[in-house]
Amino acid sequence: MIPTHYYLLLGTGLFVIGVIGVMTRRNILIILMSIELILNAVNINLVALSGHFRAVDGQVFAIFVITDAAAEAAVGLGLIIALFRNKETLNADEIDLLKW
Amino acid sequence: MMLPEITFFILSATALIGGILVITRRNAVHSVIWLIVTLFAVGGIFLMQRAEFLFAVQIILYVGGIMVLFLFVVMLINLDLSVKQAQFNRQWLLAVFTALVLMGGLVYVLYKGGDSFALATAPLAAASQGNTQRVGTALYQDYMLAVEIASLLLLVAMVGAVIMAKRKFE
Repeated sequence: MIPTHYYLLLGTGLFVIGVIGVMTRRNILIILMSIELILNAVNINLVALSGHFRAVDGQVFAIFVITDAAAEAAVGLGLIIALFRNKETLNADEIDLLKW
Repeated sequence: MMLPEITFFILSATALIGGILVITRRNAVHSVIWLIVTLFAVGGIFLMQRAEFLFAVQIILYVGGIMVLFLFVVMLINLDLSVKQAQFNRQWLLAVFTALVLMGGLVYVLYKGGDSFALATAPLAAASQGNTQRVGTALYQDYMLAVEIASLLLLVAMVGAVIMAKRKFE
């Protein structure tokens, strides 16, 4: 039996990799993928604690997180397509129309 | 080392290495492929926690749905130019340092408090129902309102995506 906190440590590692990706990359597509990594880390934690307490609620929450991920991917990719059509760039630091 | 431990460490290593490769590849298509590898490994972790339904959702919906959508968009707006440009922004060193400090804090807490999980383990419930049946019962009884809100969220996201990707705002 693997201790529960091993799963939580794995979730932490994946979360931090996602955070580094969001903060350092310039390509907005890869920033969106890093957000997916973060959501997966959250899912690992939810499922691990669900297994730990022998309750199924954590898995239900993980399903809602996946639903959110699907909605976020659809809207985010739509935004990226609209942005690319107008600005011809994928770099997050060049999209600064609102920055003064 | 028993078989579960070996499986767990192989799956974790795959997930973490895949994650690192996702955020370091120059080509976005390679990032998507490595993200799929990571998602498979995370699905294996779900299976190890006996969340079979979630494993199926992970493979069918995440890998089969969301990642295919990603691949579509990446290939639609693939820029040869962006492969040649700098991949990381100027404050990357500070960002990595901050994230590692965050990870240090989280790992320290989990390492020090990990033993407390050994105390709280609930007794193994009699598995009279399968995992899918229990998840379905919880979804449609205890979390009915949340399911309705999620369906509304998906409708809004669908309309939003269509409007965003439309050629012109009228």
